Amino acid sequence: MIERTPLLNIATHAILAVGLLLMLLPMYLVIVAASHSLQDVVAVPPNLLPGDQLWVNLQAAWEKGHLGDRFVTTFIVAMGVMTGKIVMSCITAFGIVFFDHRLKMPIFWLIFITLMLPLEVRIVPTYAVAANALLPFQTLLDLSGITWIINALSGIEVKLEWNLLNSYAGLIMPLVATATGTFLYRQFYLTIPEELVEAAKMDGAGPLRFLWDVLIPLSRTNIAALATIMFVYAWNQYLWPLLVVTDQSYAMIAVELSRLVPKFSATGGEVPKWHIAMAGTLIVMLPPIVVVVFMQRWFVRGLINTDK
Amino acid sequence: MANISIKQVRKSYANSEVVHGVNLEVSTGEFIVILGPSGCGKSTLLRMIAGLESVTAGTILIDDKPVNDLEPHERGCAMVFQNYALYPHMTVAENIGYALKVAGLPKMERATKVSSVAASVGLTEFLDRRPGQLSGGQRQRVAMARAIIREPKVFLFDEPLSNLDAKLRVQMRQEIRRIHNRIRATSIFVTHDQQEGMTLADRLVVMNKGVIEQIGAPEDVYHHPASIYVAGFIGSPAMNFLSGQISATPAAAMLANGERITLPAHVAAAHDGKLAQIGIRPEALSIVPAGSGSFDAVFDFAEELGNARLYHFRFEDLTVSVLSADKPKVKAGVPMGIKVAMDAVHLFDAETGKRLLARGIVLEPVPA
Ligand SMILES: Nc1ncnc2c1ncn2[C@@H]1O[C@H](COP(=O)(O)OP(=O)(O)OP(=O)(O)O)[C@@H](O)[C@H]1O
Ligand SMILES: [Mg+2]
Repeated sequence: MIERTPLLNIATHAILAVGLLLMLLPMYLVIVAASHSLQDVVAVPPNLLPGDQLWVNLQAAWEKGHLGDRFVTTFIVAMGVMTGKIVMSCITAFGIVFFDHRLKMPIFWLIFITLMLPLEVRIVPTYAVAANALLPFQTLLDLSGITWIINALSGIEVKLEWNLLNSYAGLIMPLVATATGTFLYRQFYLTIPEELVEAAKMDGAGPLRFLWDVLIPLSRTNIAALATIMFVYAWNQYLWPLLVVTDQSYAMIAVELSRLVPKFSATGGEVPKWHIAMAGTLIVMLPPIVVVVFMQRWFVRGLINTDK
Repeated sequence: MANISIKQVRKSYANSEVVHGVNLEVSTGEFIVILGPSGCGKSTLLRMIAGLESVTAGTILIDDKPVNDLEPHERGCAMVFQNYALYPHMTVAENIGYALKVAGLPKMERATKVSSVAASVGLTEFLDRRPGQLSGGQRQRVAMARAIIREPKVFLFDEPLSNLDAKLRVQMRQEIRRIHNRIRATSIFVTHDQQEGMTLADRLVVMNKGVIEQIGAPEDVYHHPASIYVAGFIGSPAMNFLSGQISATPAAAMLANGERITLPAHVAAAHDGKLAQIGIRPEALSIVPAGSGSFDAVFDFAEELGNARLYHFRFEDLTVSVLSADKPKVKAGVPMGIKVAMDAVHLFDAETGKRLLARGIVLEPVPA
């Protein structure tokens, strides 16, 4: 929409500015709270200007929350989710869009339905599967009577078990298994002109060659977008890691952050250490911000590239 | 270099057949143009030759080998697409050399070939650009170069010029012909533009509704159209058609208003009582004073073409157009005589649409 009235210009800018302020205000308060001592933070009326305790608080949060170790764990999980998701979406969408077979639409709809079932909704069955990833197969074997036959014939009891609790695989795989990325890629692949596919066929490029030489380079900006979204998504995971991880060496950073804010009951009536918690928040926020800022250059480059 | 033989080829989608048993023999080095209106199945036929579409029934042979079950790249065909289908993320050089890269040709060899092919189509200075930074004509050249570099047995073109403006289209058309004269690869070119077809083809294949209406040299198709359809499709401005009934005695075709076209006795006898369509090209008609022509018609309006003028007359409930380089002045609503050049009349069976006569029938007004 192109509007040339100055009044409207001013109004839109004003709305943008208000929105920006509303977004930035909580961030500002976090910074303010992270830079004061406990007394100043809980003082009434509250301090609205930053204090001088920032560095001290950051150090305290870093040590108290074992943030160094948690950073490593969380980074591994985030990278795993990100790569897993990109590889999986790009391949599944490839199969759905570029190959003609009878199960094409049913498979697409099955995948599509999972869009309506985020991890939080199916957390209990997902936990059951994570506790034994081979459980579905075991159930199939049991139901079909194969277990019974094998037991009767050889006396061996078939018990498939693969425990994913307290492991990177258990943290990463359920987060990868959603349809969002597949859907994104499908929509992009559908915009690829049929002639381009045919030109590649005439040039002798097989399906994988086409995927690698044509589709992936063309979807660079999609990859960047998905990577950013998935990194931030995985970095901020709370519920799932809380559930599958009991071993603290696999604890993720959002879970740890919640521990920096002790419950009132746990402190025995003491005031929670808000300044430390806020300093921790600042640290934890940093990687997603860096990723977004860095990847943004790719989005923009993708958008202004006219030869797309 | 290869010959192509298409035998009884059919194509069905779901439950509708769109190509109904096509036969075509293309000899080595020939330039064939498949001409037909939109939706007649010409792309489908071409894509079956390329291997991009499966063949429902029949056989396609390239170099006398059946290729029905071969992958597109195994058939030795190169194709130039309507929208060029260049890889948008690759440079011109990469686009041209991609087939060689897939084939595993070493980089050095590839670069040499790319630059020589690019030079032959005048693309040398654009090798580092992306397709998005080229004009339509330049993209067209890249698409051509991409086909040429594979040294294919067969070139296939699917309306490659239809996205260009009129002037560039003529220029590229000449360039395609020049390239063909140089490398003499067997080529099949699909278009719905009859001028493109006439100028490019060694032989013209006119298609309609999934069947071939006529195969022949462009001149031959123009002068001896095999059916009403071909006669009306080829030639611009389009041919005039009058209906009449054939009678054995007198040997003639009777026009609706009682005027007659005399026919050779054996033709009239063979088709006695048949309804016929009489086709006459606008350039075979001329305007004469009322009563002195083959028949009279009322002048409607004229179109200026620069070197000539196209006059539209009303005859019965039909429109008759006359192309005249003399540009006589005629008043609207005034009846004029229309004179027919005797050797330029075509006669078709009104029922089957097939040609009834060779040239040379004589048209005479009935004495009053
Ligand atoms: N994938 C398809 N599924 C069903 N019908 C199809 C398919 N492709 C083409 N057709 C039909 O086949 C017929 C021939 O199509 P084709 O593309 O060969 O026409 P064409 O002669 O190339 O026309 P144009 O000049 O518009 O390109 C058309 O009626 C079209 O609707
Ligand atoms: Mg077509």
